[in-house]
Amino acid sequence: MFFQQIINGITLGSIYALTAVGYTMVFGILELVNFSHGSVYMFGAFLCLTLMTALGLGFFPAFIISIVITGMLGIVIDRLALLPLRRKNAPKVASLISTIGISIFLQNLVMVMWGSETKNFPLALNLGHIQFNSFRISYLQMIILLTSLILMMGLTLLVKKTKIGKAMRATAQNMEAAKLMGINVNLIITFTFFLGAALATVAGVMVGMYYQSVDPMMGFMAGLKAFAAAVLGGIGVLPGAILGGLIIGVSETLAAGYIHSGYRDAIAFAILIAVLLIKPTGLLGQKVQKKV
Amino acid sequence: METTVEHVNKKKKIIKRRSMIYVGVLAGLLIIPLLSLNNFTMRMVIMAGTYMILAMSLNLITGYTGQLSLGHAAFYAIGAYTSAILSMRFGWSFLITAPAAALMAALVALLLGIPTLKLQGAYLAIVTLGFSEIVRIVALNWMGLTRGPMGIPGIARPEVLGYRIASNTQYYYLILALVIITYMSLYRIINSRLGRAFIAIREDDLAAQSMGVDILKYKILSFTIAAFFAGLAGSFYAHYVTYIDPQSFTFNESIQVLSMVVLGGMGSMPGAIIGSVILTWAPEMLRFLEDYRMIMYGAILIVMMPIRPQGILGGIRFKLDKEEENQHEAVGSE
Repeated sequence: MFFQQIINGITLGSIYALTAVGYTMVFGILELVNFSHGSVYMFGAFLCLTLMTALGLGFFPAFIISIVITGMLGIVIDRLALLPLRRKNAPKVASLISTIGISIFLQNLVMVMWGSETKNFPLALNLGHIQFNSFRISYLQMIILLTSLILMMGLTLLVKKTKIGKAMRATAQNMEAAKLMGINVNLIITFTFFLGAALATVAGVMVGMYYQSVDPMMGFMAGLKAFAAAVLGGIGVLPGAILGGLIIGVSETLAAGYIHSGYRDAIAFAILIAVLLIKPTGLLGQKVQKKV
Repeated sequence: METTVEHVNKKKKIIKRRSMIYVGVLAGLLIIPLLSLNNFTMRMVIMAGTYMILAMSLNLITGYTGQLSLGHAAFYAIGAYTSAILSMRFGWSFLITAPAAALMAALVALLLGIPTLKLQGAYLAIVTLGFSEIVRIVALNWMGLTRGPMGIPGIARPEVLGYRIASNTQYYYLILALVIITYMSLYRIINSRLGRAFIAIREDDLAAQSMGVDILKYKILSFTIAAFFAGLAGSFYAHYVTYIDPQSFTFNESIQVLSMVVLGGMGSMPGAIIGSVILTWAPEMLRFLEDYRMIMYGAILIVMMPIRPQGILGGIRFKLDKEEENQHEAVGSE
């Protein structure tokens, strides 16, 4: 029972982590809490479902196409809604309200286009499970874990080792200085939004497969929890998002199993608040000394 | 250089002009129910009044003190539930439950604020958001106290000084009185030593600290005062709608109030009022779009922000205030 809960929790946590990475990357660069992220995650899942059912595509082509299209959506969001605000040096809260506007827009667009009821997500990869003594792991869970692991490693390599990763880190550290060094900051931000949205789609589709259902509201709670995960680990820190996602996933599964399923969503936030009281910058976040 | 007599006369003139404007606005507000608006419109006007209290109080934290709170609905909920429970269990009247609800919300804000207000930016935002989700989830699950998802129906209508408030017109005058009380209290606070400390923290907390402002203390004060008025709004809501359930106090509610503050203009009291009127009415005005209504609402938020990032009235100083300010400067230079 306990191991089973842990495994379920880690699976859920790795999905949160994938979503949290999008929050943390955008925050790292723009210091903006991107509330449209949850609805992008939901949009990706719906798009993949539609490509599979309406156009009859196989799972993998549908998956890839929806990742690309949703990534483009991330770019459009940045260019259309956030870039004009950046140009005007608008306060951060104005951008935040803009991302909330995007989230309301997308959520209701999906409701109008696909209806507000829960949709059945076809089980594209039915592979069975391995039974151990007291618990079992389904192959789907293993695929989710493995996919998350590979993507996280890939992302870490991208940020640490490649030229564009270096430019991303430079932009996060000091946007003005990066600009002076000849980095095309707007291109880097666009790339970040593409990456975040693409990863959110992967997470959304995997959640759809895992629970075999999608609905227009699914991005709301998932978005809030991924945001909580990003902050728990220390917002702006990539490994922090992964750690935060896993902690929130495991703790809420345990809480639902052992305390009360009604308090499931409250536990994640309670842990977050408790951690922040002890470590105000999150688990892996570093205190930034403000220079005068 | 003007003489003291001239100066006093000028000041008198400003005060006179200002009180004339206030009297004019008040007279306008008092006759609204006489326009024989239909019930639906009156309900919208009354709800706009409730949102004005919420937006003005959130404006104190976010607009004047510069701290992003995403959990204003928590204090709204605490006020509403405190009021509803006191009224249902003990039969207390509105005149007792309303201050009790406001004080309860303020107390909770104080207890939450002491450990958490040292957090900054996104960290404070997620803590307030998380707290408001916890409040909602507790309200949803604590069946013995809140009846969970069934909500609390049949909350008594308020009785003020022997008058039983039942019609929309009576409710209108009650909310008008509450809005005026909130406006005047917050106006006095903002234009006092306290308010200057809040604004100093918003402008530059480090500079404020080195000037001797105890930033944690003032942040907690701002947070607690704001929660007090949010609790008051919650109490009114409970006694007005006479039914509350956790669905009325979701994250969306916090977001809506924040949108009102930002759209109207952060750090502007008239801005918060205009923002609440616009965003209470916008979904109703867009009703002809039917299913596309909320899509349009989202689009309006996206389009409005780049047009005026500082909000409709943000950064605008009214002429009246400006003259007064010049006056202050003149006094200072004498």
